Amino acid sequence: MATPTSNIIDVNELNKKFKDFTAVNNISFDVRRREIFAFLGPNGAGKSTTIKMLTTLLDPTSGTIKIDGSNPSQNKDGVRKSFGIVFQDPSLDDDLTAYENMKLHAVLYSVPSKTQKDRIKTLLEFVELWDRKNDLVKTFSGGMKRRLEIARGLLHHPKILFLDEPTLGLDPQTRNHMWTYIKDVNKKEGMTVFFTTHYMEEAERIADRIAIIDHGKIIANGTAATLRKDTKTKSLEEAFLKLTGNVIRDEEATGVDRLRNARRRFGR
Amino acid sequence: MNTLYILWLRQIKKYFRSRSRIIGSLGQPILFLVAFGFGFGPIYQRAGGGSYIQFLAPGIILMGVLFTSVFTGIEVIWDRQFGFLKETMVAPVPRFNIMLGRTLGGATVATIQGTIVFFLTLFIGFRPYSIVNLPIALIIIFLVALLFTSLGTAIACTLEDMQGFQLIMNFLVMPIFFLSGALFPVQGLPKFMENVIKLDPLSYGVDALRGALISGNNNNMGVDILILFVVTIVLLLIGSYLFERIQV
Repeated sequence: MATPTSNIIDVNELNKKFKDFTAVNNISFDVRRREIFAFLGPNGAGKSTTIKMLTTLLDPTSGTIKIDGSNPSQNKDGVRKSFGIVFQDPSLDDDLTAYENMKLHAVLYSVPSKTQKDRIKTLLEFVELWDRKNDLVKTFSGGMKRRLEIARGLLHHPKILFLDEPTLGLDPQTRNHMWTYIKDVNKKEGMTVFFTTHYMEEAERIADRIAIIDHGKIIANGTAATLRKDTKTKSLEEAFLKLTGNVIRDEEATGVDRLRNARRRFGR
Repeated sequence: MNTLYILWLRQIKKYFRSRSRIIGSLGQPILFLVAFGFGFGPIYQRAGGGSYIQFLAPGIILMGVLFTSVFTGIEVIWDRQFGFLKETMVAPVPRFNIMLGRTLGGATVATIQGTIVFFLTLFIGFRPYSIVNLPIALIIIFLVALLFTSLGTAIACTLEDMQGFQLIMNFLVMPIFFLSGALFPVQGLPKFMENVIKLDPLSYGVDALRGALISGNNNNMGVDILILFVVTIVLLLIGSYLFERIQV
């Protein structure tokens, strides 16, 4: 059974190897209960692989993870109940309506049927999609889909919310709105937030603590203030660049990463 | 139970929302029924086989079922590409239930599709032997649908994208259809053909459905249904094993 400790996530000497490529190289970190934790790193640094291991989608090659006291590779369902996640790529069913997507999630997470309706309404109203609840998701813009995913991730009142680049492609209004609400849930319900982002000012402004991963290793860990102090820089962005370098390191990336980088760079 | 129902419902809703797909996948069986039915009808009659449309209709109904069910099974690949699979993969629900729910949904969709083909065959001149047997026919259709949805799902679990889809159509689904005795009587064929047909699970579906729909010239229905049932269970188990191992 889960024993409530001060850490809701405990990662110890975690490794993930894909054939001869080491995506995550012996990382250890912890996230405290009720904390907002930012996980930063350049493309292909190992962020998504780490999130996948934390969220039971990938088994680690070695090392241990504890999520709210449970090990994701042993007690998958226990861990799955405890978190909500907004993936980097959309994960909605485009052929269903916004409401149906929410309803499906509520059933998968055994939200009591009495509370389903109210909760879905509250959340859809918050993300300003209530009047579009009966529209098919395929008619939604990228921002609307993202808002819907966030609403869905909160539906089962998770203890931890994982957000993988949640604000990518959102306008500043939506972004602020979203963070205001997430911080609100964080305060009121004590929900831990674990997020990745490429917007450094966002991490600086919102996160209580920050870890920076590069080449599969954690190279810095602490509050924004300590990171700035340790690197003798004025902003997190400068600190990040100082730690990870200015160069886009294609040569050191694997074929897949190269492709992914190329897609990202040319795709935008 | 709720999980099964909601995933089942999802498949049904998606089916009724894609009218073009419903109509599109009816085209092929109708074409086969008209072209083969009327094309070979006279020769079949002269050879002493009786009405070819009568003989052909059960096979064509199952053709509709086969294509629809393999396709709905393979939709797992779409879910993977469009990301929805991830949503179900992190849900605190046994993956077997997820796979079973969607497979039952796919099988229901294929059964509906088969039923529509059945009604269309009536327009072309097919007359079932008796109405009493129709519930049995429906069960056979559902069993065949479940079998091939499970097969489609199992295959989809091993594929990353839709690239392999054409390969599956040409080297699996087409042979399953053509080598099932859906188009021709299986008696008196060369030995190797007979053996191939025995390996094809659709053969038992076709044989059983003929037994249920046209006057009882064969009485292997019980054995046929048993074989379909066993193969379905095996494929469901293989499918759930592969589905468990999907990493997204």
